[in-house]
Amino acid sequence: MNITEKIIAKHAKKEKVVPGEIVEVDVDYCMANDATICLNIDIFKNKFGFKKVWDPAKVVFLIEHQLPADSVNTSESHKKIREFSHAQGVQLHERDGVCHQVMFEKYVKPGQLIVAADSHTCSYGCLGAFSTGMGSTDIAAVMGSGKTWLKVPETILVDLSGKLKPGVYAKDVILKLCGEITAAGATYKSIEFTGSLIKNLSISERFTLCNMVVEMGGKSAMIAPDQTIKECYQAQDIDWKLLQPDADAKYEKVLKYDVSKLEPQVACPHFVDNVKNLKELLDTPIDQGFIGSCTNGRLDDLRIAARILHHKKIHPNVRLLVTPASVTVYQRALKEGLIDIFLEAGAIINHPGCSTCWGACQGVMASGQTLISTANRNFKGRAGSPESKIYLASPATVAASVVEGKIVDPRRYL
Amino acid sequence: MKVWKFGDNVDTDQIIPSQYLVLPTMREMAQHTLEPLAPQFAQQYKAGELLVGGHNFGCGSSREQAPTVLKELGVKVIMAQSFARIFFRNCINLGVLLIELPEANELEQGHEVKIDYTHAKIINKTTKKEYEMVPMSDFFKKIVNSGGLVDYLKNKN
Repeated sequence: MNITEKIIAKHAKKEKVVPGEIVEVDVDYCMANDATICLNIDIFKNKFGFKKVWDPAKVVFLIEHQLPADSVNTSESHKKIREFSHAQGVQLHERDGVCHQVMFEKYVKPGQLIVAADSHTCSYGCLGAFSTGMGSTDIAAVMGSGKTWLKVPETILVDLSGKLKPGVYAKDVILKLCGEITAAGATYKSIEFTGSLIKNLSISERFTLCNMVVEMGGKSAMIAPDQTIKECYQAQDIDWKLLQPDADAKYEKVLKYDVSKLEPQVACPHFVDNVKNLKELLDTPIDQGFIGSCTNGRLDDLRIAARILHHKKIHPNVRLLVTPASVTVYQRALKEGLIDIFLEAGAIINHPGCSTCWGACQGVMASGQTLISTANRNFKGRAGSPESKIYLASPATVAASVVEGKIVDPRRYL
Repeated sequence: MKVWKFGDNVDTDQIIPSQYLVLPTMREMAQHTLEPLAPQFAQQYKAGELLVGGHNFGCGSSREQAPTVLKELGVKVIMAQSFARIFFRNCINLGVLLIELPEANELEQGHEVKIDYTHAKIINKTTKKEYEMVPMSDFFKKIVNSGGLVDYLKNKN
């Protein structure tokens, strides 16, 4: 079995599972956020008739999509979330950051099986955990029972070799893959990343890769934990053998890419797989830049952007919004002086959360405007007006572009 | 059934944009169904009409509000060349029938379509073409026939 199959088999209490098989599994954590918690609670109480969550220590709720409340309706929904959380004793995080970043910092461990009411839950594969997004009825069932059903996915092995050139990042790699594999190319499947590139990537960069697997339709992502991960979790009791593929592990197919010649990439409106080399888009005018999200709002992302923006001012016709992915990231960025650099450059700093990526608060776009963003989706209207446009790129590309008010190659600033 | 035709990669932000998710009731939310793609959809759609998409219908966010607003407007069946995973699962859980039809791109806005469940056939009455319907796997059929996951799990236990 491959790693994904091994984790599912363990949680299904079975010796072996095969792709296509439907199994019932025990869940280690179940997470939801303010975009859907009220619907989950309604289904949990009124449709299933559950009275208590199965284990309050394993149910994690976060208010982070629309924070702080920007309307009475939002505030009413946050109130319901607090009341339910306090009554049930579930783990509530109200200001700690984007759900996936907080899960990554405080909960997820290699080998776990986690489901959450958010599509980017596939991110935790970066730590060697099986994780996938589901809707509210599924999550309400897990909240009440601690179990769910899973169809064991086929796995595509993506073998990444070579070294990235300066100014080219994990974000460029995953954008390139979205373009090649396409928006539905991995539907129902797991993607396991392997190859010589991976060991040279930080955990944060691996997170960026796994995070966007859902943009190819993927169910889950996986990276075999290596020494980097083992050092972080050495004090924990983790079955590392489980987290290596068996010698006879099967994959649906193997895709090989050498990243040595990769250039900066940009996903163009309105589809994540509409990916082009940045040089084809040079001088495209922009109105706003966004640096943040579960894809690229971590400390290394902010460092890259700050290096470019140090002693510079953003273009007078452009706004820049910076939203650290979590309070932990925010505090470190403050200590390192990164936030000062952004403020001096003319940026707006938002409290950690989904912010502009979610499109319902903080930096919503007007019709005819163009956003360049480090986030993961550029669907029509995703950041506000359906008549606005979104380009997705690395933090370096976004930082360099807001200085000039148009899409530029970040390598000029390195 | 009259066809409402949409293209490839209809994502859940198109089905229900994020700014409407805080509305207190599904009925209010449903007034904005598919607004970015077809602003008049919620007003003009009549319960029971057939939703047709291309590839990757329902991709993007996991929000179950997307199939829920469709159900609220009376959508019972969605046909597409392919469906995104979480949307597929959400529809099954809500008891909305999904039909994967490789030739869904041949159905056009306003066509009249009949689904013959007994003979597993889809008949386009406008073009007179017939298509084979691939049956849903037994596991999913059991959930849909129970009316969704809630009743399926209640009956099972």
